[in-house]
Amino acid sequence: MNTLSLQVLQASVQRAGRQLFAPVSFELQAGQALHLQGENGSGKTSLLRALCGLSPLSQGVVNWCGEPLPEARQAFGKDVFYLGHALGLKDELSALENLQAACAIAAQRLDTDAAVRALQAQGLRKRMHLPLRVLSQGQKRRVALARLQVSAARLWLLDEPWVALDQAAQSALSDMLQTHVVQGGLLLFTSHQAQDLGDAVSVLRLQP
Amino acid sequence: MNIFFTVVWRDLRLAMRRKAEVLNSVFFFVVVAALFPLAIGPEPETLRHIGPGVLWVGALLATMLGLSRMFESDLRDGSLEHMLLSPHSLGLMVLGKITAHWLLCGVPLVILAPILGLQFDLSPQALSMLCLSLLLGTPVLSCVGAIGAALTLGVRGGGILISLLVLPLYVPVLVFGAGAVQALESGVGAQAHVSILLAMLLPALFFSPWACSVGLRIALE
Repeated sequence: MNTLSLQVLQASVQRAGRQLFAPVSFELQAGQALHLQGENGSGKTSLLRALCGLSPLSQGVVNWCGEPLPEARQAFGKDVFYLGHALGLKDELSALENLQAACAIAAQRLDTDAAVRALQAQGLRKRMHLPLRVLSQGQKRRVALARLQVSAARLWLLDEPWVALDQAAQSALSDMLQTHVVQGGLLLFTSHQAQDLGDAVSVLRLQP
Repeated sequence: MNIFFTVVWRDLRLAMRRKAEVLNSVFFFVVVAALFPLAIGPEPETLRHIGPGVLWVGALLATMLGLSRMFESDLRDGSLEHMLLSPHSLGLMVLGKITAHWLLCGVPLVILAPILGLQFDLSPQALSMLCLSLLLGTPVLSCVGAIGAALTLGVRGGGILISLLVLPLYVPVLVFGAGAVQALESGVGAQAHVSILLAMLLPALFFSPWACSVGLRIALE
């Protein structure tokens, strides 16, 4: 077993035949975080999607624990948590059912008690049995963050995770991310605001 | 294998929370089958002759109604991304979705067909053959339709495109499905037709989840 690391070499993404950003290289090791910055349309989301394997990179190599990705895909898939703009939650299901269904699909064991605790921690105690369509945007986000909280994945790829959250939830999320990093996790996130997550965070700006 | 049942259960539960969409295709089938005898007239001979065909066309179109919704809501809310990222086999999950589609759109038709068949003065033997042919044929429709749904996912006007893609592939199922009942009625015996339906079902079950998975990956790129 090699040491935990995500290595990206000269990676870039194309959209409609146009290269979105100049090739980037970076390396994340256990306990490190990277804040991905760039203007609207600079390719932050595309890079995250390409890293987790939803779309192809137009060039470059990604190594997970020292192995190139196509070969390490199986191990990588178990260890990555991706949260994009679409939350992957069903409006018809309740917060609790959503959390359980999402964990089942992500091949993660989650008993009901743990699910309830995670939702309570997100301040959804009274609303966990309501169908998601009656919750606000911010509350839906909190359900998605409850998933993050129970996730055992070591690499977190988060696309604008602070969006639509109130102040208290924003700082709770920052604490959660900081804890993840301190405990030896890897974190790659995008945000247009400056975020204070301690010293472990470096910044990468995508240039066209 | 557990993930297969998880996805089936999830889709069934989702469907139960929005019943209107499920009832839509069943209602369509009932209306089509109920209107034909009224329009054609009461001659039992004619009705008996067209009955299997009408019911099969109705079942085919009713199945197609639900196709475009198969992956669409999962695409919109991002669940599909999570399925693609899951360490579980995507093929099994897709097979689960196909099964759920069949349970919701196919099985009700199989159950309703003998009741609606009475309007066409079909004999008990013909009714049971109709049921059997639908039981073997509707899963093929779901499997083949799922490929169309996956390929047209996210495309504007996808509904029409699905019909264009899928209808030619539905024709053999229709021919042998309706043909089975007619063959039985004419005394030839329906064994050949049933065998051919079965021969279409097995490869469809085997290849469709795989083809859908490829289609879904392309749709999400």
